[in-house]
Amino acid sequence: MGQIKLNQVSKSFGTVEVIPPLDLTIENGEFVVFVGPSGCGKSTLLRLIAGLEDVTSGHVMIDGVDATSIPPAKRGLAMVFQSYALYPHMSVRKNIAFPLRMAGLDKAEQDRRVRQAAEVLNLTDYLDRRPGQLSGGQRQRVAIGRAIVREPKAFLFDEPLSNLDAALRVGMRLEISELHKRLKTTMIYVTHDQVEAMTMADKIVVLQAGVIEQVGSPLELYQRPRNTFVAGFIGSPKMNLIGGAEAEKHGAATIGIRPEHIDINEKDGLWQGTVGVSEHLGSDTFFHIQCGVSPEPITVRATGEKAFEYGAKVHLTPRPEHLHRFDAKGLRIA
Amino acid sequence: MARAVTPRRKALNTFAAWLIGLIIFFPILWIFVLSFKTEGNAILPPLDVLRAPWTFESYGIVQDRSDYFKHFGNSVILAFGSTLLGLIIAVPAAWAMAFVPGKRTKDILMWMLSTKMLPAVGVLYPIYLMFIKLGLLDSRIGLVIVLMLINLPIIVWMLYTYFREIPGEILEAARMDGATLREEILYVLTPMALPGMASTVLLNVILAWNEAFWTLNLTAAKAAPLTAFIASYSSPEGLFYAKLSAASVMAIAPILIMGWFSQKQLVRGLTFGAVK
Amino acid sequence: MATQHSRSAARLMMAPAVTLLLGWMLIPLSMTLFFSFRKYLPMRPDIAQEWVGFDNYVRFVTSSSFWPSIQATLIIVGGVLAITVVLGIALALLLSQEMWGRGIVRVLVIAPFFVMPTVTALLWKNMFMDPVNGFFAHILKAVGLTPIEFLSQHTLLSLIVIVAWQWLPFATLILLTATQSLDAEQLEAAEMDGAPWVSRFLWIMLPHLARAITVVILIQTIFLLGIFAEILVTTQGAFGSRTLTYLIYQRVLESQNVGLGSAGGVYAIILANIVAIFLMRIVGKNLDT
Repeated sequence: MGQIKLNQVSKSFGTVEVIPPLDLTIENGEFVVFVGPSGCGKSTLLRLIAGLEDVTSGHVMIDGVDATSIPPAKRGLAMVFQSYALYPHMSVRKNIAFPLRMAGLDKAEQDRRVRQAAEVLNLTDYLDRRPGQLSGGQRQRVAIGRAIVREPKAFLFDEPLSNLDAALRVGMRLEISELHKRLKTTMIYVTHDQVEAMTMADKIVVLQAGVIEQVGSPLELYQRPRNTFVAGFIGSPKMNLIGGAEAEKHGAATIGIRPEHIDINEKDGLWQGTVGVSEHLGSDTFFHIQCGVSPEPITVRATGEKAFEYGAKVHLTPRPEHLHRFDAKGLRIA
Repeated sequence: MARAVTPRRKALNTFAAWLIGLIIFFPILWIFVLSFKTEGNAILPPLDVLRAPWTFESYGIVQDRSDYFKHFGNSVILAFGSTLLGLIIAVPAAWAMAFVPGKRTKDILMWMLSTKMLPAVGVLYPIYLMFIKLGLLDSRIGLVIVLMLINLPIIVWMLYTYFREIPGEILEAARMDGATLREEILYVLTPMALPGMASTVLLNVILAWNEAFWTLNLTAAKAAPLTAFIASYSSPEGLFYAKLSAASVMAIAPILIMGWFSQKQLVRGLTFGAVK
Repeated sequence: MATQHSRSAARLMMAPAVTLLLGWMLIPLSMTLFFSFRKYLPMRPDIAQEWVGFDNYVRFVTSSSFWPSIQATLIIVGGVLAITVVLGIALALLLSQEMWGRGIVRVLVIAPFFVMPTVTALLWKNMFMDPVNGFFAHILKAVGLTPIEFLSQHTLLSLIVIVAWQWLPFATLILLTATQSLDAEQLEAAEMDGAPWVSRFLWIMLPHLARAITVVILIQTIFLLGIFAEILVTTQGAFGSRTLTYLIYQRVLESQNVGLGSAGGVYAIILANIVAIFLMRIVGKNLDT
């Protein structure tokens, strides 16, 4: 089991309210990602769930039990920290066994669980090394190992991949997803990287300034962003947001169109523009096009073969069925 | 400056640095040489001193005649006693300030630092008077307390900077892993802080060993450490170069060796983290 | 991690250290302040203790030994600072270069700092500066010159040399630490920009060292204002070497004029505090980062 429910939970540091009261339910076995720009309160929210910070008001319920005043160790949650937080003076084996030792398990049981976790995480050969002798990816796996041996109700990940290089990050992302599929335990994962959120989550919680902007599956967020913030935050490259006269034509304050939903050709189209920088990724090409309809260049995603000269005149046509409309407050118009 | 330099440049640097290093070190080297000569030979011109026969004679005389070991023992008790006592009081304080910082933590640290800047001579008479009234004059326990108090700010500061280098996430991880406060301190914090604590002890033993205001003014015969013992040579016995040299070498050798191990901590401890 | 429970525990843990230091500061300080307004000569029971207002303060600064003591203090502190900072920068730059046996050279340079002040004073006074058997006297005689009576004829200069020898390692070590934190790429960028060695030193190294230099100056000033053993052992305040600290010591313990000495002590505390304020500002700024 591992259902976590936040009832009107808020957090203030002194007079600064970091998180205004919010409600959120995380179902058992879900992989939930908290995503948002840095300073949006996502890590604080995670630490409130962990019990590392006191809530200012409201209640944290774990499996229907009010855990608000239960100390972190007794909540049955395990956490993987951004810096991995491995104990530098202990071997990998001792690191992974530490929570079991604290729980007073007997030596044989500790050994059995550590060996099991090491096997799952490919750490068997490294058990007698110190964290300082491991690579970033290996340290990350030790931190995860330390979390899984406890067989917690839920795993909490605080930006666990941000200290890894790009290639490793992709690998670890898959490993963590794989782990979730196998363990089927609730996981709460904090990141500022929307790609991680999109690829891993069952449910994404988009936060800004401590406020939940939208909760939904990755596709829901992609297809029906509730406001301009979510629209701009989810998806890469970013959605083109256009205001002014062009938006008014559609009866909105702002319209949004994703780069992949714009057709581009040299002959005719709705908007006329000049090709700026092109980014060729092989599979795709991104064109940045200066258009009359918006002061910002419009990003267009095309297939890899497409090529235009710098400065070439082109025509763009947004696909009307993919047009997003937002009102003056930035909220989606249904 | 990882750039490779030419061998000629490197040789030049080496020569200049060694020359200057040896000049600076020379006075210490010289008393070392003099301590192995006879009294008569020690006052000869330098080249004749070097040519004169070597002998351990002076070391024997210093020990026989002047209770060297009593003073050495006092120095050890004062230096280690005051440091240990300081450590016992400072560890909890530094722990609290580093891991549970409050609004006033910074002010408290700064204020502690300011007590270190109080000129000793400004409070000489009150302390002297209190020592007389409490019967602490020329007692080791009195000096242990005074030396502990004058070094307490440095001990707190050093421990604070070492503790602060321990990432808070590690302690949180321990807490998540189910460690109680006691277990957290015992299994996680202490092993990680041990090197820092050792350095703190080292530097403070050195500072207490060499302290030469209170040890000179608050002791007579019984509790006098090596600083006072050496000062007693100032005249007219000072003319006995060989014995004076032997006594000096014995007084500074242990601390010189400790000092060489504490170079890095010296900067941290004496600049209160203002230079990194 | 800051929960209510840990906060009250923290306060309890700080209490012993704070209480002790508070007592150590306040009790003697208020006693000194108290004595400074009294006529108090414990060795002369015939003279009654009484309140004298600011009499001691006035008498301390108007006595014939006050200004010479200020002068001696300033010359010694200033001289030692000048020598240690200039040589310290030079040595730090030299020691940060590539060389063979850098570790050993460092050890040699740092050694004087660990020599106890009384040994330092005695070894210079007798083995080096003694006009009959001292090392310098032998050298001067060998080249046909008359030996110099360093401590009685060039008293302050001799004291400056002794104290500078003791403190040069401290300045060097701190400046060396600061030098090592200088980004090598910055220097290389300046080199690419065509800055010759002198400009690189003036415009990049020196500004980078500025804070370390300030710290060296402030910390040394505080310690140098209080030098005691060096003077006690070498000249006992004779030949114009009576610094403010030594003067107060003589008033308090030698002539046991506690009231007068305490007034002097208050002056010394004020003087040290002026320097301390600047130092604390730098340390405080660093605490935030």
